[in-house]
Amino acid sequence: MKKLNRRNFIKGSLAGGIATVAASGKAKKASAAGGDFGGYPESMGVLVDMTKCIGCRTCEAACNKEQGLPEPDKPFDDYSVFDEHRHGGLPRRTTEKAYTVVNRYNVEGRDHPLFRKFQCNHCNEPACLTSCFVNAYTKTPEGAVIYNPKVCVGCRTCMVACPFYVPAYSFTSAINPVVKKCIMCYDTRLKFGRPPACVESCPQGVMTFGKRKDLIALAHQKIEGNPGKYVDHLYGEHEVGGTSWMYLSDVPFDKIGFDMHLGKEPIISYVKDFLAMVPMVLCIWPALFTGFHLLSTRKQANKEESPKA
Amino acid sequence: MGLKTGKQVGLAALIAMAAPLVLPFSANGEVFELSSLANLYEGVSFDHDMHIEAVADDCSLCHHHTAGTPPEEPTCIPCHKNSPEADSPACSSCHLIEPFSSANLAISEENPLLHHKMKPGLKAAFHQNCMGCHQETGGPVGCQDCHAMTEKGEKFYNTGQYAPKPRTETGHH
Ligand code: SF4
Ligand code: SF4
Ligand code: SF4
Repeated sequence: MKKLNRRNFIKGSLAGGIATVAASGKAKKASAAGGDFGGYPESMGVLVDMTKCIGCRTCEAACNKEQGLPEPDKPFDDYSVFDEHRHGGLPRRTTEKAYTVVNRYNVEGRDHPLFRKFQCNHCNEPACLTSCFVNAYTKTPEGAVIYNPKVCVGCRTCMVACPFYVPAYSFTSAINPVVKKCIMCYDTRLKFGRPPACVESCPQGVMTFGKRKDLIALAHQKIEGNPGKYVDHLYGEHEVGGTSWMYLSDVPFDKIGFDMHLGKEPIISYVKDFLAMVPMVLCIWPALFTGFHLLSTRKQANKEESPKA
Repeated sequence: MGLKTGKQVGLAALIAMAAPLVLPFSANGEVFELSSLANLYEGVSFDHDMHIEAVADDCSLCHHHTAGTPPEEPTCIPCHKNSPEADSPACSSCHLIEPFSSANLAISEENPLLHHKMKPGLKAAFHQNCMGCHQETGGPVGCQDCHAMTEKGEKFYNTGQYAPKPRTETGHH
């Protein structure tokens, strides 16, 4: 097997992932520029105006139905979920059963709570994609970051790499965990030019679907046209190299759980350093490589044994 | 001035102003059945007359520049301060049922007027406008205060007869 050093490997996986969907010229640009790919020019996106969200959870229900996810623990019109917290008082996060969650933030000085919808942000240069050894991920020209569950070996590297803690794993089979996350409704909607289910379901029009570049112009127009209404920041315009989902808020983003220290560089440029901080991952790489083959054979066998899974 | 909290007050009422395509503007005494978007919730009876009274004849509060009265929004004023009454001031004449369909996105892409691109779809226009006002004036704001959930809605929200069964502790976990 050809020897790959880590850097080339990461580069290779980025180019590889993109080459599957882009003209080779574009892919070359992506890897040659070492991370200022900036996304597909015609990429679609979603602008989330959090000032309008009323926390009705209709979007959560819509996602559940569209993606054929399991029955929730509580009805989608049960608002006691806003009181649920994980360890350390952290709000609910996405899971293998819920690709999107809406969380409530009581912000001092705001007369009613702010609700924040959360799902994969569909990064222009996704850390999940660049960190994946088996190229399970693809960034489509429409903007969605999708994955191939048949290729995923469940190593969880993308979960560690994602700056927004998005990918979750299905542990229905202990030896066959597989990544689960929002795919921007690619299979059923986006690739046919239709907006995501959550976007369409929202009664308040919190989310605007359109070309990412148009949404950026629209967002700045909204900020400028309504002085004092919004914080002068479009979250996702530049963060980690830009994301397809972007946010407007009327309260400072760091007060509602947004990480304001991610910087403008895509995570790929940091992957090396980042991984160095996670020596565990490096130590288990060789093991992982040898394990891939085993795992996938097992997966195959497993599938045959239990067609239910 | 306050909104009467009559049963016919419709937040999502508006949810279906798509139906009366040609809405007679001075339609005093009319109650519209707003049902063109009804799906997860039933339609809403919207008492137009009552709302005219509630807004003290300031039609532009809901109809912007299409009712012959000067618009409220600062962004509309430069172009529309003297706009005459539109051919049809119905919500659905401007606010689209499918604002994000490829066809409608293509149209909006050709429209150089950013202000118009910001225009919400019909469902969003209803909820934003009604809800905004109802919050300020004490009108109904709960989903089912304006429209009852349908059976389809119960299925969609996993509620009512489709609510998840309480989990029994199995000790396995
Ligand atoms: S938010 Fe996370 S999971 Fe989604 S594309 Fe970005 S890195 Fe990947
Ligand atoms: S885009 Fe689709 S998959 Fe993603 S949260 Fe919305 S409904 Fe779910
Ligand atoms: S459906 Fe819209 S208003 Fe309701 S919780 Fe989701 S984003 Fe907020």
